[in-house]
Amino acid sequence: MSEPIIQMIGVSKWYGTFKALTNINFEVNEGDRIVVCGPSGSGKSTMIRTLNWLEAHQEGTIIVNGIEMHEKMQNVDQVRMDIGMVFQHFNLFPHMTVLQNLMAGPMWVRGIKEEEARKTAMKFLDRVRIPEQADKYPGQLSGGQQQRVAIARSLCMSPKVMLFDEPTSALDPEMVSEVLDTMVELAKGGMTMVCVTHEMGFAKAVADRVIFMDEGQIVEESDPISFFDNPQHERTKNFLGQILQH
Amino acid sequence: MLYADTVVGDTLVHKINNVMIMLVLGLVIFSFFGLNDTIFGEFMRPVIGEPTESGILGNIAIGLVMSILFTGNIVLIGFLPFRFQVFAVWIELVLLFLTFFYSFGLNFEFIRSKIWFMISQGVFTTLYISAISIMLASIVAIFGAVAKLSSNGFAFAIASFYTSFFRGLPLLMQVYLIYLGLPQMGYVIDAVPAGILALTLCYGAYMTEIFRAGIQSINKGQWEASRSMGFGFGLTMRRIILPQAMPLIIPPTGNQFIAMLKDSSLVSVIGVWELMFLARTLGNKDFRHMEMLITAALIYWCLSMCLEFIQSRIERHYRTISH
Repeated sequence: MSEPIIQMIGVSKWYGTFKALTNINFEVNEGDRIVVCGPSGSGKSTMIRTLNWLEAHQEGTIIVNGIEMHEKMQNVDQVRMDIGMVFQHFNLFPHMTVLQNLMAGPMWVRGIKEEEARKTAMKFLDRVRIPEQADKYPGQLSGGQQQRVAIARSLCMSPKVMLFDEPTSALDPEMVSEVLDTMVELAKGGMTMVCVTHEMGFAKAVADRVIFMDEGQIVEESDPISFFDNPQHERTKNFLGQILQH
Repeated sequence: MLYADTVVGDTLVHKINNVMIMLVLGLVIFSFFGLNDTIFGEFMRPVIGEPTESGILGNIAIGLVMSILFTGNIVLIGFLPFRFQVFAVWIELVLLFLTFFYSFGLNFEFIRSKIWFMISQGVFTTLYISAISIMLASIVAIFGAVAKLSSNGFAFAIASFYTSFFRGLPLLMQVYLIYLGLPQMGYVIDAVPAGILALTLCYGAYMTEIFRAGIQSINKGQWEASRSMGFGFGLTMRRIILPQAMPLIIPPTGNQFIAMLKDSSLVSVIGVWELMFLARTLGNKDFRHMEMLITAALIYWCLSMCLEFIQSRIERHYRTISH
């Protein structure tokens, strides 16, 4: 088997004196689909944001694509190009049309020609099923559409791994499924994914590993069937009890 | 416009109490000024007799008539719809100002003989000094703003020293310091470049703060999205952050430009032939100071109004593309 795409070894992080992450160890191999869940404030967003170094860690080692992430690194932009990230609040560029949002990355940092970038952009807009919105501005789209554009924007960079930071938490309930459908398709296409999400249906359908975090630590890591049917830890049981109640 | 309430009350100037108050106040104020030795007294001659001998009763009679005219005018304007109201009030205020100027007994022949030179030389110089200075100041401001937001100690120190110093000294003093101070160091500077340099540095300092606020107002998520796609700092700033900050930066920058147009009059002290300099010097020989000053004042005002108009167009442009 080849090198893992992402390796976290003994990673800890502090905000001032508050310890946000404690001794995190895990790895992501090519084709893995990992769901990270846990109660609010458990450090799951912080953890996923350290993977492309939007947050710095203080202890341990993070290796992405064979490159160690640390504060003296010169090529952080190189590493980030290969990691797609989808945010809770979409973070599309509001002054650019949907198409321009999608073409910006490939043209500006990958050096791809405009024609080719446009073709790629339209291909991915087709895949997220909103090609007709290409010339609109993000502000004219619904939340669900915006998030699908954000996913397409990341895909245009042809990333090796996609990170999702609670992609459906800011959406109206009726728009959650259109985004999840897109993510399921992506997973079926073989994309390597790490998703922070509370969508347990998605986890059951797609994940090949579920990670449960609490208080900055990984409490439990297992395949989805044993995670949901036979959780080992008390905290996992509590959490699942709370979110599966309804 | 501000938030417009859906509840519409009576027109303020039609409420009987307000009309009464206006009438009484008008009567008191107009009577107090003792207008019987002015042109208004002449109009009232059939009623009050010889105006200068009519005494306090004459004053009160004039005050009463003026007060009724004034109040009636306001009540009438109150009936107009918004746009016409604005128009009518503007016209009346402009007429009042012109009457005020007219009362100086200006020599219009003199103004006519000088005005072309004032425009071709004075307005031209004022405009190009202001335009060059505002452009250079914007460039200074971008670098200043980035430096002030930087975590680099040198950059922050230099930028904050710069804004502190140039915002802290009177512009007039900066003009003198640059024009008279640089030659002390062995570099003789012409008046026009010295003026442009002073205006650029001073307004660059103010605009640094405007740009900084504009950049800071952009959501952190935009930085994160941009950086997470592998865009470097410069690219993110140029293509993502500044274009979004522009609609916030432009209104206060337009304001600065209008202010600069008028502050450029300060470079007249070092002998640049701009509008203010001409206004002071052209009238000197014939003791026609008022003529030239009022002409220059009206020219400054017209220029400012043109700039206000352009500014509102630019603002509208940015409003439409961001939606």
